[in-house]
Amino acid sequence: MSRATHCPYCALQCAMFVEAAPGQAPASRPAPFPTNRGGLCRKGWTSAELLASPQRLTAPLLRTRRGGDLAEVDWDTALDHVADRLAALRARHGADAVAVFGSGGLTNEKSYLLGKFARVALGTSQIDYNGRFCMSSAAAAGNRAFGLDRGLPFPLPDLAGAEVVLLAGANPAETMPPMMRHLAAPRLIVVDPRRTATAEQALKNGGMHLAPRPGTDLALALGLLHAVRAQGLLDTDYIAARTTGFEDAWRHAAAWWPEQTEQVTGVPAEHIRAAARMLAAASGAYVLTGRGTEQHAKGTDTVSAWINLALALGLPGRVGSGYGCITGQGNGQGGREHGQKADQLPGYRRIDDPAARAHVARVWGVDPGSLPGPGRSAFELLDALGGPGGPRALLVFGSNPAVSAPDSERVRNRLARLDLLVTADFVLSETAAMADVVLPVAQWAEEEGTMTNLEGRLLRRRALLTPPPGVRTDLEVIGGLARRLGQPAERFPADPGAVLAELGAASAGGAADYSGVSVERLEAGEEVFWPVPDSAATTPRLFLDSFAHPDGRARFAAVGHRPPAEAVDPEYPLLATTGRVMGHYQSGAQTRRIGELTAAEPEAFVEVHPDTGARSGLADGALARVVSRRGATLARVRLTDRARTDTVFLPFHFAGPQAANNLTNAALDPTSRMPEFKVSAVRLEPAGPQDAVGAALARAAPPRG
Amino acid sequence: MVTDTDTARHVVVIGNGMTGARFAEEVARRDPRGERLRVSVVGEETEPAYNRVLLPGVLAGRYAPEDIRLPVPETGAVSVRTGVAAVTLDTERRRVRLDDGTALDYDELVLATGARAAFPPVQGLASPDGTPEPGVTALRDLADCRRLAALARPGGPVVVLGGGVLGLEAARALTERGMRVSLVESAPWIMRRQIDQPAAQILAHHYTRLGVAVHSWRVAARWIPGTGLELDDGRLLAGDALVVTAGVRANTELAEAAGIEVDRGVLVDDTLATSDPRVHAIGDCAQHPGGGGGLVQPGWEQAAVLADLLTGTRLDARYTGARPVTRLKAEGIELTSMGDPEADDTAETVTIADPHGGRYAKLSVRDDRVVGAVLLGLPEPASAIAQLYDGRAPVPGDRLALLMGRAQPEAPADQPGPAPLVCRCNAVSRDDMEAAWLDGARTRDAMARATRATTGCGGCTRDVDALLSGWNGREPIPTP
Repeated sequence: MSRATHCPYCALQCAMFVEAAPGQAPASRPAPFPTNRGGLCRKGWTSAELLASPQRLTAPLLRTRRGGDLAEVDWDTALDHVADRLAALRARHGADAVAVFGSGGLTNEKSYLLGKFARVALGTSQIDYNGRFCMSSAAAAGNRAFGLDRGLPFPLPDLAGAEVVLLAGANPAETMPPMMRHLAAPRLIVVDPRRTATAEQALKNGGMHLAPRPGTDLALALGLLHAVRAQGLLDTDYIAARTTGFEDAWRHAAAWWPEQTEQVTGVPAEHIRAAARMLAAASGAYVLTGRGTEQHAKGTDTVSAWINLALALGLPGRVGSGYGCITGQGNGQGGREHGQKADQLPGYRRIDDPAARAHVARVWGVDPGSLPGPGRSAFELLDALGGPGGPRALLVFGSNPAVSAPDSERVRNRLARLDLLVTADFVLSETAAMADVVLPVAQWAEEEGTMTNLEGRLLRRRALLTPPPGVRTDLEVIGGLARRLGQPAERFPADPGAVLAELGAASAGGAADYSGVSVERLEAGEEVFWPVPDSAATTPRLFLDSFAHPDGRARFAAVGHRPPAEAVDPEYPLLATTGRVMGHYQSGAQTRRIGELTAAEPEAFVEVHPDTGARSGLADGALARVVSRRGATLARVRLTDRARTDTVFLPFHFAGPQAANNLTNAALDPTSRMPEFKVSAVRLEPAGPQDAVGAALARAAPPRG
Repeated sequence: MVTDTDTARHVVVIGNGMTGARFAEEVARRDPRGERLRVSVVGEETEPAYNRVLLPGVLAGRYAPEDIRLPVPETGAVSVRTGVAAVTLDTERRRVRLDDGTALDYDELVLATGARAAFPPVQGLASPDGTPEPGVTALRDLADCRRLAALARPGGPVVVLGGGVLGLEAARALTERGMRVSLVESAPWIMRRQIDQPAAQILAHHYTRLGVAVHSWRVAARWIPGTGLELDDGRLLAGDALVVTAGVRANTELAEAAGIEVDRGVLVDDTLATSDPRVHAIGDCAQHPGGGGGLVQPGWEQAAVLADLLTGTRLDARYTGARPVTRLKAEGIELTSMGDPEADDTAETVTIADPHGGRYAKLSVRDDRVVGAVLLGLPEPASAIAQLYDGRAPVPGDRLALLMGRAQPEAPADQPGPAPLVCRCNAVSRDDMEAAWLDGARTRDAMARATRATTGCGGCTRDVDALLSGWNGREPIPTP
């Protein structure tokens, strides 16, 4: 039997058929759908393998003493243990002694219920999620400019009709290949320090590749705005009619004439002017941002500068042009709307807004005064674990912060300080391997739910298989814990349909209004984009009449450039930047367990310019130690002239001594609290014999309990 | 904005130009609430601070004067007074008297008084008190710009005296406005300080083609208002206006009168302190052993270092000298120079001259580091080399390749392994496809099911069709 659902990985959420014949291993293949247009990358093709993998967890694991082994126990034992410990810690240290870490991979229903669980059952303010490391800068900048944050405020197929698309810090040809089906016709302007597969595509199709030094994207965006104005290419009618704040934004851009921009970014002034002309001359143009430009200690301002450029050209809020950010995680969009972020309540409401608190408290049947206020952001939360005034217990759902958080050695030390670490996962991730209790949960093809993809489109995830015995859904886990913590059973239902209905009521009237979403509409094949205030509503394109600020106008942001948090010096003379490769996803907890993907990309590599490699005494294929002020990573050298001589690149899908985040810097953006993943000062050196053993061990095996 | 002015130290900045305004901005970024410093900026010009570097662009009509204003920090801790000049400095009492009769007491003083145009001793240029004679103007400020715009009429002749960066930018801007321009340079070639002679010759060709008559190694003798500039060989260059761009002189009078050590500029050390530790100098008025006058970038670096020090953000911040890169901002001409343009004798030097194509490249390297470079008409290598120079980074082994710019990308069939990939997204090689074809996959759809080729980004569809077509010996059956 073959049924349609969506890929478990990135925010493109490609449609797939899953064949699940009894007695046979489940298999996936691409399905026609507007977003993937029949495409699927190798992660999607192999995604069903993990459903039947012997590596998945099928019984709760409990470590009864520090340093002891994880041992299989029954569910009641595991949940009773967790509830008892949580209650004890809360009684002794207060509600904020218990923290929750969620995920942009969870369904809308799980995101919602997890947020409610934290605020109502635990009463803690200490909840955040890994989406903080993903979309937070773009979200903050989008809210600032438009009054609303929806990754793409238009359907993805709109891109195919554009003449020019600028991609800032995005490499979809590698990270979400089927998206390129919409980008075959437009000329691309790719902003990336590396000559990526997407940059190659741009150069082949008459587009451009601008390769700024890492950490200087903001200067480049200001320089492009300058070049637009200096060449008389502003859309002055649009600026006058639909925006505010241009002059203040320009003041900053005025200091970034193309030659000055060239000095800081390394992008030739003439290319800056030419890119400005190409964008302005296009009858339809889009500016899109990705993590490369967002994961900086000035990520919010950088995205604002790209939005300023789009506004100056009159792109947003018109059919056939616009600005958008390319969401990364599967439910990165829905995951940031329904309350697992430290400062938010469902419906993209602010937790410090009294009206929002009153509304949500009414739906939840609690006193608004009982809801906690805003808590710590993801890295700050992780950094506080086990420290003075910090949480003593952490519940992790669908995330692997031991690998994915910046400065990961420090984060692992913080996790180790906890009195209680609990993870809900379907494999023994590196974080789960550190846990006191591991709760085995169902996978994507074994439970119902909804996801919101990068366009704000609601998708139905279907239960195609029965989970193996011993496995429970996340909703069941949350409900089981809530009851043990004294909550009435009906307050935390395990039925996804019931949770969706409640989510609808809780989000009603909010920015991300899901009250008109129903499984029936999705089942009938309706294209449903939020906001969905009633059962007939769908909003494929936002902002056509007005932006979401009270005056209906978009706001330019007055932003200036500043250097990255960390500078190179003679000891650390190179810049390291990180990103994804085609064969793996996020921390690799899932994809490193899939034979075909691991065979293709078995270990961490470091992409190095041949000249830089020669200077460091490293040949192609050699094992290198990449060292930053925080730690070191072992990686196999790949020499390529697609790299800048001053920059090396590492994928972040590998763990232990091969984890790229051993290097990264936890300097945070003042607004979004996004860490500076994309710029670390490093040096390269040949690995010693001991290192080779370490790397081989890291490669050989996923962690064991 | 809440500010704590009781305990904040008071910094007075003399000069509201590019460096003074930038200093205020840098302080505001480090101390946004004014808890550590309160800044008073005093500027002689009546205009709000603006970007002097873009004046040739204003002249060309690319910017309106208000377009080039600089940002003013949005904090109550910074106050700016324009149209007021400092007249005396009392370092003993730490007090500056202003020409409106008021005075400012400071904890720290920052001199950012800049420089002014230096007029060469040519007859008819200026009256004994230094006022330009009719028809003559410098190009240092917006007032000069306005004066020049009023003097020059479209299609009319203008003479530019001084063939340095500013003179060449002004000449280009004037041609953009339709003026006929003559340019006079007393040195043997234009941009004598920044480029070598072969580069200057090619550059002069560019200018000639743009309608600028370039007269190098010629000395001006006399300005005749209403007529033009007479050269020392007796030739007369017609001109409604004369733009003097023959160098600048640092504004050091205030410091000198206060007994602060002055040479060509106000002498400063690596902390930007003058001989009086409470008085600092940055920008064009300052003279640091490492050089850096005349360009904006060193002044901005100095502003950042001084802001680090005075706000206490980074007490080990030091200005250790400039790595100035000169970029000519002239429409249609891409010229970059850095370091010593004539290091041929003491460094490995690679030179490419292409007079026909109007291109020139020269790169001098010592100990694997760039010590000088001149690049004309080669924007990509220029930006790459400037970054190497700025970062004191090692130069790639293949210098020629560096000078030629990056090669165009080859076809992306470069994955290591036995067979090149047809479908990169799904790692499908030609061999994989051939095996599938032998097993009966004759259509694109069948091939996709068998190998997954074409199902990723879709970019290989044409290649897959071509392979199938070849193997099938006919057109493939298209898949809808």
